[in-house]
Amino acid sequence: MTKIATRDAYGKALVRLGEHNKNIVVLDADLSKSTKTADFQSAYPERFFNLGIAEQNLMGVAAGFAAAGKIPFASTFAVFAIGRAYDQIRNTIAYPMLNVKIAATHAGLTVGEDGGSHQMIEDIALTRVIPGMTVIVPADATETEQAIMKAAEFEGPVYIRLGRPAVPVIFGEDYTFEIGKSVIVKEGKDVALFATGIMLSESIAAAEELAAEGIDAEVINISTIKPLDTDGIIKSVTKTGCCVTCEEHNIIGGLGSAVAEALAENHPVPMERVGVNDTFGRSGSPNELLEAFGLTKKDIAEKARKVLQRK
Amino acid sequence: MSATEVKELETMAQKIRCHILRMTTAAGSGHPGGSLSAVEILTHLYFKEMNVDPKNPSWEDRDRFVLSKGHAAPVLYAALAEKGFFPAEDLKTLRKIDSYLQGHPDMKKVPGVEMSTGSLGTGFSTAVGMAMALTLDKKDNYVYALLGDGETQEGQVWEAAMSAAHYNLGNLIAFLDNNGLQIDGDISDVMCPEPFPDKWKAFNWQVIEIDGHDLNAIAEAVAEAKKDTGRPAMIIAKTVKGKGVSYMENEAGWHGKCPSPDEMEAALCELE
Repeated sequence: MTKIATRDAYGKALVRLGEHNKNIVVLDADLSKSTKTADFQSAYPERFFNLGIAEQNLMGVAAGFAAAGKIPFASTFAVFAIGRAYDQIRNTIAYPMLNVKIAATHAGLTVGEDGGSHQMIEDIALTRVIPGMTVIVPADATETEQAIMKAAEFEGPVYIRLGRPAVPVIFGEDYTFEIGKSVIVKEGKDVALFATGIMLSESIAAAEELAAEGIDAEVINISTIKPLDTDGIIKSVTKTGCCVTCEEHNIIGGLGSAVAEALAENHPVPMERVGVNDTFGRSGSPNELLEAFGLTKKDIAEKARKVLQRK
Repeated sequence: MSATEVKELETMAQKIRCHILRMTTAAGSGHPGGSLSAVEILTHLYFKEMNVDPKNPSWEDRDRFVLSKGHAAPVLYAALAEKGFFPAEDLKTLRKIDSYLQGHPDMKKVPGVEMSTGSLGTGFSTAVGMAMALTLDKKDNYVYALLGDGETQEGQVWEAAMSAAHYNLGNLIAFLDNNGLQIDGDISDVMCPEPFPDKWKAFNWQVIEIDGHDLNAIAEAVAEAKKDTGRPAMIIAKTVKGKGVSYMENEAGWHGKCPSPDEMEAALCELE
């Protein structure tokens, strides 16, 4: 299976976007080679602005560009974008509902060797509690490219969560991403696996493992965490009667919490969550970390078996 | 400026001061001290300097003003009302539940407010962003920003200062409302941010020092700032917190406290 990092797809998408839309400007904070905004810089140097290692100013300047009618994409690592500059995102971008796209890379454990200080596992929680913020976590390169295009067309603040390592390309060119719509990747009737980001490919693999045991799992891609596709989620659990959420994020506040909120109010069913169990990450290779923190197909399959017992 | 022109601006400044006192008294809360210290600066900008159209607040070719010290919302609202962006009688609704006049400037609710501010340091960065966008579009309008002196204790101010000089933003003119006081007392006792001229010079800004209540000096400083097209300008305006109201002048206690109705009457008598 072809593997492409979502940040690489982001860099390419920006270049395509910038060609057609002259209002696109790209801002970075000294990480342009890693976030891949350097691709845009090479193509349109006059519309690229490096703000140096100053993330608070990065977000404020992006808000200023948006107030002047531009569509700024502000990029840095997720831990700095959402962590370091949270007040600026809340007060200067979201409160005035400015048209800023925060595209942060190196989210989650799969940053790898840089360790826990750099592994942002709280960003989905932090962004989804901000009124009016749209939160998108693409699963692969195809979806990333489309999400970037759709985010640019959408009026308002958007957070797009991207990753560092190359991950499997799941979707073909016929795939259509829409903000706020979940997508059933594999139909099933026994258990629903709601996955976001890189955990989608693990969930597909887990479904295959479960199929071998005669368990028919439905796999749903929840790439927009906010606004959440509550209808789609209810539809799946109405069929399956139980579910597992899968995310490369703290188990508190992310996809699992969002799904739990939706189900508790609309259609309560037994549910299990796969995620980082409220602990910081550490150094290691991405795959070693996913294994050490219980974020593999094996862990998902185990939770699926467990939740089936609770039906 | 002619003597008549100065007189007219002085009259406007007094009107704005009266609005500030009336609106904060009616609100029962707010920030009169740091609003009164900035009256002449805003009077100059809105009634002499800036190209804005109250009938078309989002006119593309307007000059822009960002109140980075967002707690001084009363002086901004008073200036905008007098300029005709909204009715002056609405000023008495400041901070009330059904009012669009929020405690801190809200660009989504108040016509003429260019940026929502209140968290200190953030507005200054947005002014830098606006100036960069205008430069990219080769527009010749200006972006003005007003910072508090206590506000410069925020690290973001210096991130923004560095970036404005790096991108040679000659279209950015900032004022420092140097009234010397913040909530907890004298700025040099709380956390000394001085020396201001040296700091801004070291960040590669054009620095002009003036008396922030002298309308002629403000006009000359802006003219001088505009001559230097290759770098941003910081006009360090020495001001008096609570200016114009004897019992408020230079008293840190009037940072975030509103006058009682009797105190307001006494202040209005002094001004009128």
